[in-house]
Amino acid sequence: MTDAPEWQPRASLGALKSRASQSAWLRGFFAQRGVLEVETPVLGRHGVTDPNLDGIAANAAPVAGASGGGWLQTSPEYHMKRLLAAGSGPIYQVARVFRDGERGSRHNPEFSLLEWYRPGFTDTDLMAEVSDLVVGWLGCERPKVLSYRDALERFAGVDPFRVADTELRRRCEQWLAPEQTLTLGRDGCLDLLMSYLVEPALAGFGPVFITAYPESQAALAKVSELDGVRLAHRFELYVGGIELCNGYWELTDAIEQRRRFDEDNRVRRLAGKPEMAVDSALLAALEAGVPDCAGVALGLDRLLMLKLGSNNIADVVAFPLEIA
Amino acid sequence: MASYSTNEFRGGLKVLLDGDPCVILENEFVKPGKGQAFNRVRLRNLMSNRVWERTFKSGESLESADVIEQDMEYLYTDGEFWHFMLTDGSFEQYPADAKAVGDTVKWLKEQDVYTVTLYNGAPLTVSPPNFVELEVVDTDPGMKGDTAQGGSKPATLSTGAVVNVPLFITIGEVLKVDTRSGEYVNRVKSS
Repeated sequence: MTDAPEWQPRASLGALKSRASQSAWLRGFFAQRGVLEVETPVLGRHGVTDPNLDGIAANAAPVAGASGGGWLQTSPEYHMKRLLAAGSGPIYQVARVFRDGERGSRHNPEFSLLEWYRPGFTDTDLMAEVSDLVVGWLGCERPKVLSYRDALERFAGVDPFRVADTELRRRCEQWLAPEQTLTLGRDGCLDLLMSYLVEPALAGFGPVFITAYPESQAALAKVSELDGVRLAHRFELYVGGIELCNGYWELTDAIEQRRRFDEDNRVRRLAGKPEMAVDSALLAALEAGVPDCAGVALGLDRLLMLKLGSNNIADVVAFPLEIA
Repeated sequence: MASYSTNEFRGGLKVLLDGDPCVILENEFVKPGKGQAFNRVRLRNLMSNRVWERTFKSGESLESADVIEQDMEYLYTDGEFWHFMLTDGSFEQYPADAKAVGDTVKWLKEQDVYTVTLYNGAPLTVSPPNFVELEVVDTDPGMKGDTAQGGSKPATLSTGAVVNVPLFITIGEVLKVDTRSGEYVNRVKSS
């Protein structure tokens, strides 16, 4: 007897019906608020420079047989910003996105992202809207707000802005060998404490926004100075210890954006990762003028996990990577 | 030597860690959306049998360990080594030392088949099947009529293993024993 390939979906039909209800509910949410649904390419000419994101390369050409290229998008962000620059007004998208190598109990390399942008909003304004959406769908309590600094002090016992590099590495040696921490860098060490100490503690804390990230973790957020410390206008929402979304008061300065892309590529070179071509169309859109806005990306598979009380993404995805 | 990157880690993979062969039991992928990814891995050290928990930065790699499991027939012992032979028709023989044989020594019966784990071509561990059938060589005299309930007594088997058996068991009978618990299961019809 031979083993037949596994053809059945992992998610139950009940979970798939909940997914459909979730999509319908979300579309209703945005329709009511006058946010326009858009679609942008899943396959784009450029990937991202972010050193912690690995794209999946494609080989697409306009003529069959010609040598092609392109990347499956890790998020619809750049294309959506081009729409904003073209005067779209508030927009949202339910997108399929791809991140190579990310498979775990909360990760699948292909996943569903809800991303939306609000011209005229600040990070604080958008957090309020994220709360409305998440509380409205999950029926959970309204998220509290905790700064990145408070979260790390409270749950990991370090002040992320003041702790000395050597002390930070020493803390990480609870899990890593000294030679591993040497190449990790300050942010890598903080990420470890976030994943190993803060996130598990947040599981028992109720929904909570983490805000005011260090400038080095700003990604695409504006940065401003408060009491002599430069802070990113970036927020993440954790529900039940699960990282649910990541949002910014968006950087709209083309020159600063190019500087961050170059810095990403410098970090990539140091880490022995391939450099990524900078998306010149995004930079051109920023130069033409992306309106002042806030934007956020929310993981829909994880939102559904929380709705159904699951702790494994395979419970809510019909065909995860191994059986796709 | 081949090596495995964290994205190839999965349960059952045999790798070298701190110079010892280990088997990966569990591999958990952890990553903040915008941050460094880690793999939190539980491994069993095949030399010490201890379970280790280690964290790797995603993209790090471990050398593969040349570890394979083979079915082998137990032949004999010369006092220093226990000799096993592949059952694949090659008649290739492997001597296992006392460390490799370990507690399995008490279940070793000639011509029975065992799982021998080879590390770099040499026996690392020897595991018995879940059940073995062995003859009783010594036990107190059986008590007639007491076949259903009550009491037990020690019985020494042909391999030297001592198991608790019901009172009605007598010398010369063949017993089925669970090697995982070391417990008597039932009598086997004598041949």
